[in-house]
Amino acid sequence: MRQVIARTVVASLVALSLMAPPALAALDPDELLEDPALEERARGLSTGLRCMVCQNQSIDDSNAELARDLRVLVRERILAGDTDEEVIDYVVSRYGEFVLLQPRFNLRNAALWASPVLLILGGGAFVFFAARNRRRQEEDRLSEEEDRRLKELLEKQG
Amino acid sequence: MTVEIGHFALVLAFALSLVQFTVPLVGARIGDHRMMAVGAPTAVAGFALTALSFAVLTYAYIVSDFSVVNVWENSHSQKPMLYKITGTWGNHEGSMLLWIVILAAFGALVAWFGRNLPATLRANVLAVQGLIGASFMLFILATSNPFARLDPAPMEGRDLNPLLQDIGLAIHPPLLYLGYVGFSICFSFACAALIEGRIDAAWARWVRPWTLAAWLFLTGGISMGSYWAYYELGWGGFWFWDPVENASFLPWLVGTAMLHSAIVMEKRSALRIWTVLLAILTFSLSLLGTFLVRSGVLTSVHAFATDPTRGVFILAILIFFIGGSLGLFAWRANRLTAGGLFHPISREGSLVLNNLFLSTATATVLIGTLYPLMVEAVTGDKISVGPPFFNMTFIPLIIPLLIAVPFGPLLAWKRGDLYAACQRLFAAFAASLMVVVVVWFFVDGASVLAALGIGLSFWLFFGPLTDLVLKSGVGKVSPRVALARFAGLPRSVFGTALAHIGVGMTVLGIVAVSSLEVERMAGLQPGETIEVSGYTLRFDGIQPFQGPNFTEDQGHFTYFDATGREVGTVMSSKRLYTARQFPTTEAGLSTHGLSQLYVALGDQLPDGSIVVRVWWKPLVLLIWLGTVVMMIGAGFSLADRRLRVGAPSQRKAKPERPAAEVPA
Repeated sequence: MRQVIARTVVASLVALSLMAPPALAALDPDELLEDPALEERARGLSTGLRCMVCQNQSIDDSNAELARDLRVLVRERILAGDTDEEVIDYVVSRYGEFVLLQPRFNLRNAALWASPVLLILGGGAFVFFAARNRRRQEEDRLSEEEDRRLKELLEKQG
Repeated sequence: MTVEIGHFALVLAFALSLVQFTVPLVGARIGDHRMMAVGAPTAVAGFALTALSFAVLTYAYIVSDFSVVNVWENSHSQKPMLYKITGTWGNHEGSMLLWIVILAAFGALVAWFGRNLPATLRANVLAVQGLIGASFMLFILATSNPFARLDPAPMEGRDLNPLLQDIGLAIHPPLLYLGYVGFSICFSFACAALIEGRIDAAWARWVRPWTLAAWLFLTGGISMGSYWAYYELGWGGFWFWDPVENASFLPWLVGTAMLHSAIVMEKRSALRIWTVLLAILTFSLSLLGTFLVRSGVLTSVHAFATDPTRGVFILAILIFFIGGSLGLFAWRANRLTAGGLFHPISREGSLVLNNLFLSTATATVLIGTLYPLMVEAVTGDKISVGPPFFNMTFIPLIIPLLIAVPFGPLLAWKRGDLYAACQRLFAAFAASLMVVVVVWFFVDGASVLAALGIGLSFWLFFGPLTDLVLKSGVGKVSPRVALARFAGLPRSVFGTALAHIGVGMTVLGIVAVSSLEVERMAGLQPGETIEVSGYTLRFDGIQPFQGPNFTEDQGHFTYFDATGREVGTVMSSKRLYTARQFPTTEAGLSTHGLSQLYVALGDQLPDGSIVVRVWWKPLVLLIWLGTVVMMIGAGFSLADRRLRVGAPSQRKAKPERPAAEVPA
């Protein structure tokens, strides 16, 4: 049932648009886990999961019903003894990768993750070689003194 | 009838902008001075007409003329006058009209102050401006007419989106547009240079002040938007890497790069082709930002328009200008000659490094923002690229740049001495290291990373100060001479130092809040207390309050310091705008030096208590104060005698005061 709701919700995301009231500060005290260490893990996971009815808010920041359900779900899984990865996998299996604010490292996202590294290396290499070429061209050129002497020689010949 | 005058004025302005585009362009091509001279008066008249059109719309808002669809949709007779006026641009149609007015104003400024420019350059610049204006006016007239009427006129309007009924968000769009559209001048200059196939000294001296001015406004606009999000969205975040925020951040990043490369071009006439490319890219990203926000392709808080026909229209404008200008660049850039040579270790070299990192950071943010759209278009999958991605990629790219900042101004042009620069920065480095150690040992809850981050921000204070001290010759000459030298430094030297210190302040604020913030939360009954960072907050109860067009529940709090002494009160509320049944939060803020207590009200729990969340935000105000200092720095550079806006002197510029280049 929840899955159906979630899908409907995602489908109507566009229609909801910004006119939906902003989610007010979320996370009620009665949701908190008693063990501070577990609660900290839950908060950490929550900030990386997207509230799917809001725009670009994590479930930790949102007070939408769906965000609340997800927060409770994350805490249930943690209490059930899941590791962080297992919780994430579980949530993704139900809601899809859209729920992850940090895209996964996989082939489809390769271009996304690789681009900063490739750009800085490529850009650096470009700057380096462009500068070296410029210098070489400049070194190959005759200096003013050489130009003058060449002219003199040519004039003498002619 | 008045409203129709506004509409006619806009149509007339559109026709004029077509003249402004064609006649001077042809004139410059065939060398006809009378045709070239048509540009300036049409630009000024175009501005007068668009301004009239905008004034008419504002008037309709002021008198609440609900026979105008746009006013009916976005205003309300009970709305405070301030928001009636600002509501004029708090919607799609009105904000596009504002965009046009600002564009026309910049065109008129070029026409007015550009009399010293070479005639063909001026004609070509105004022609390109005319083309941009014509495209957007056509867009407004064809798809987003703000003057459409409604018959019969309703008695009452539907009110402005309550989120926009806020002073911060009221002046955020005009500032942002001044920035976006200000870059159009640089763009027009770049296109004109490519059309002519040459760049001369006037070009460089003209483009830099425009870049500075546009950058100054854009910085203000982004900062304002960020502060608004901080106090209005209810949980005290200041930057969300939201696509719409990114849309304004992209032109800022690449504009910052252009600001630096334009220095090299002006002083050493190197990096010419690159500066032209940056000018094109900056405005292209401004257009992209306009497209992303206006088309509603990324649905988010700011996107008040979700009509596909508009999206397609703006996309067409976007493709035309970006494609056209890049095409022009590819075709003509080889005509522009490369400028002076320099060694990698030099002022120029450091500015190239700056450009390398800023461009990569821009590209990273751009790819991250558009990647979900691309993935969805290609595979149909929906993915999110959120704050964790941007933090993991942007921050590592920007840290090396920040570390390098103090070195740049200490290196000489052409060939610098890195070892000497390191020696001169040694004291600054040692002082920053001390800060790291002190923070690490003495500040509760500070991790090594937090200490290093704070050290980095102090490096950005000490480094530029070192530069000022060295340039005034402190320690080498008598204090009096040093003081005189200090006062006599070119204003752009102060501009550089202030802007860099401003960056340091913002970095300090961000590091402090992200690493040392304290959050507390509890369900409170009246009389109960909650503690945060040495302060005790007592909940005094909820009182209803009736505003002009909203009702609210005001939660009152009194807070005490560690000794139990009463320090002050703070009020946090939940508002309901009655016309749209739209709830908002008004955070309670109490400022302590540069830090703030941030109080937000949550829901009522079953036992009747109210959920209260309190944050201690250490040094949070520095985030925005830093941007103010950056803007002041930009203002100093603008006031530098060699590049006052719009007044490039025809006399040959006096030889630069040597102070900037003297190795102290």
